[in-house]
Amino acid sequence: MEMFVLSFTIFILALFVGVELINKVPPTLHTPLMSGTNAISGIVIVGAIISAGSTDLSPTVAGVLGFLAVTLASINIVAGFLVTDRMLNMFKRKG
Amino acid sequence: MFVLINFSYLAAAVCFILGIKGMTKPTTAVRGNQIAAIGMLIAVVAAMLDKDIISYATIIAGMLLGGGIGVWLAKRTAMTQMPELVASLNGIGGAASVAVATSTWLNALAANNLGSSGWSVAILASIIIGAVTLTGSLVAVLKLKGSIGETTKGKLWQAVTLITLITVIAGSALFVTSSEHNPLALAALVGLCLLLGVGLVQPVGGADMPVVVALLNAYSGLAGAATGFVLDNQGLIITGSLVGASGLILTAVMCKAMNRSLPNVLFGGAFGQTDSGPKQDEGEFYAGKVKYATPDDLALLLDGARNVVMVPGYGLAVAQAQHAVKELASQLEKRGAKVSYAIHPVAGRMPGHMNVLLAEAEIPYDQLKDMDAINPELPQADVAIVLGANDVVNPAAAEDPGSPIYGMPILDVHKAKTVIVVKRSLSPGFAGIPNGLFIRDNSLMVKGDAKDVLQATTSAFKEL
Repeated sequence: MEMFVLSFTIFILALFVGVELINKVPPTLHTPLMSGTNAISGIVIVGAIISAGSTDLSPTVAGVLGFLAVTLASINIVAGFLVTDRMLNMFKRKG
Repeated sequence: MFVLINFSYLAAAVCFILGIKGMTKPTTAVRGNQIAAIGMLIAVVAAMLDKDIISYATIIAGMLLGGGIGVWLAKRTAMTQMPELVASLNGIGGAASVAVATSTWLNALAANNLGSSGWSVAILASIIIGAVTLTGSLVAVLKLKGSIGETTKGKLWQAVTLITLITVIAGSALFVTSSEHNPLALAALVGLCLLLGVGLVQPVGGADMPVVVALLNAYSGLAGAATGFVLDNQGLIITGSLVGASGLILTAVMCKAMNRSLPNVLFGGAFGQTDSGPKQDEGEFYAGKVKYATPDDLALLLDGARNVVMVPGYGLAVAQAQHAVKELASQLEKRGAKVSYAIHPVAGRMPGHMNVLLAEAEIPYDQLKDMDAINPELPQADVAIVLGANDVVNPAAAEDPGSPIYGMPILDVHKAKTVIVVKRSLSPGFAGIPNGLFIRDNSLMVKGDAKDVLQATTSAFKEL
């Protein structure tokens, strides 16, 4: 239970950091911000890696789901960061 | 080792914070994105070192497959399709959360090692938020593409949503408290949550999709935070709440720009249609009052203009006219005119969509003005060119208390000396109401596709 209270404290504090930080992002960059945070939300890959790796190669439902999770999270991360980079480079060119 | 791994997750979270901080300025944004990507790499390596991992084959196969698809998606997508891509990625992230939570639960069940009820709540939160994000995003993508239109069964969908919601809550309570652990019960719950996602987004109108996409962005972050609670991983919790906060702020920005509350956007759609009163007859509204012009007239008018404001809307994206705008603007600037771009927060189909399109055409971002910056300047503008925008320039929002969009902040285009409206037809915008701007004394209408009209104007302008 103590662990949960600690985690929850961190969760709430991080929300405040997020609000402070994101309020400073200009509207011009809102689309790259969305695709960038989208890539960051691919952090669930951490859970995906652990559950995909902790089952044996024998195909269990859990193993298949783990594989699926790694694949989906990788799509999210790779596409998110690359497309954000593509957009941001267009903003960089001029100005 | 355990301590080192946990410090790595913290380092990753710090990278994400620094990365987003970089995004506060266009000049540092590319670097910020790279820092965030490095953070992700650190997190992935740390996860690989986890003591529970006994086989790497599945992990590497999944990464290669997912990475390949990711590269293909990122390279292939045109800037005009960015809202669909971001919405799809939200959904994919939600699906990943569902898969992680379900798989973790099944593994724990097989090892007879199910956690406390707090842990079960976290598993359920990942599943519910993830599943709603998945199907909600799917519906949003189809609506953005125009594959599904407005629903006429709004009330039916709301009833379905309400019943599903109650069942999900009851089912979750049972799941957490029950001592029996049946995988089929979990599967049924996942199914219900998927239906809930459809029911929540289906009744929302196409015009409100920017809000929905931003909200689903927040959900995908919160699903990640829930996964952090499942794994007792603070790095994940921090990261998830950052993304959640980002999505929530963008949602609030969008709602404010439409002068509506979030519940009104999400649940008002279906009821709103019934009480909007008798529809105004468009034919009668516009009859004989609209003055039409040709691209040649527009070129002549622009020849004498010193201060030109472009007002891009979704029509610009549809016509892929961003390069044509730039071409005309360069010609105007060559003759000494000042050109700026007025961008309404909800122009386009997602926050900041217009900015990305114009940046693609190499228009310097300091010429892109947001609503508060450009409105005081519009009365000084010689010509304002409205390119496929409608409701965001409707003066009724400022002047007619009886209008359904009254109170919505608009671009004060009608205050410019001359307004040129480039539009394919007189059909109403998303709000479904006629636009008084089109019949004002100072406005002229050029009918046609934004790209064609701009190109014709540019060539006529060059010949002057």
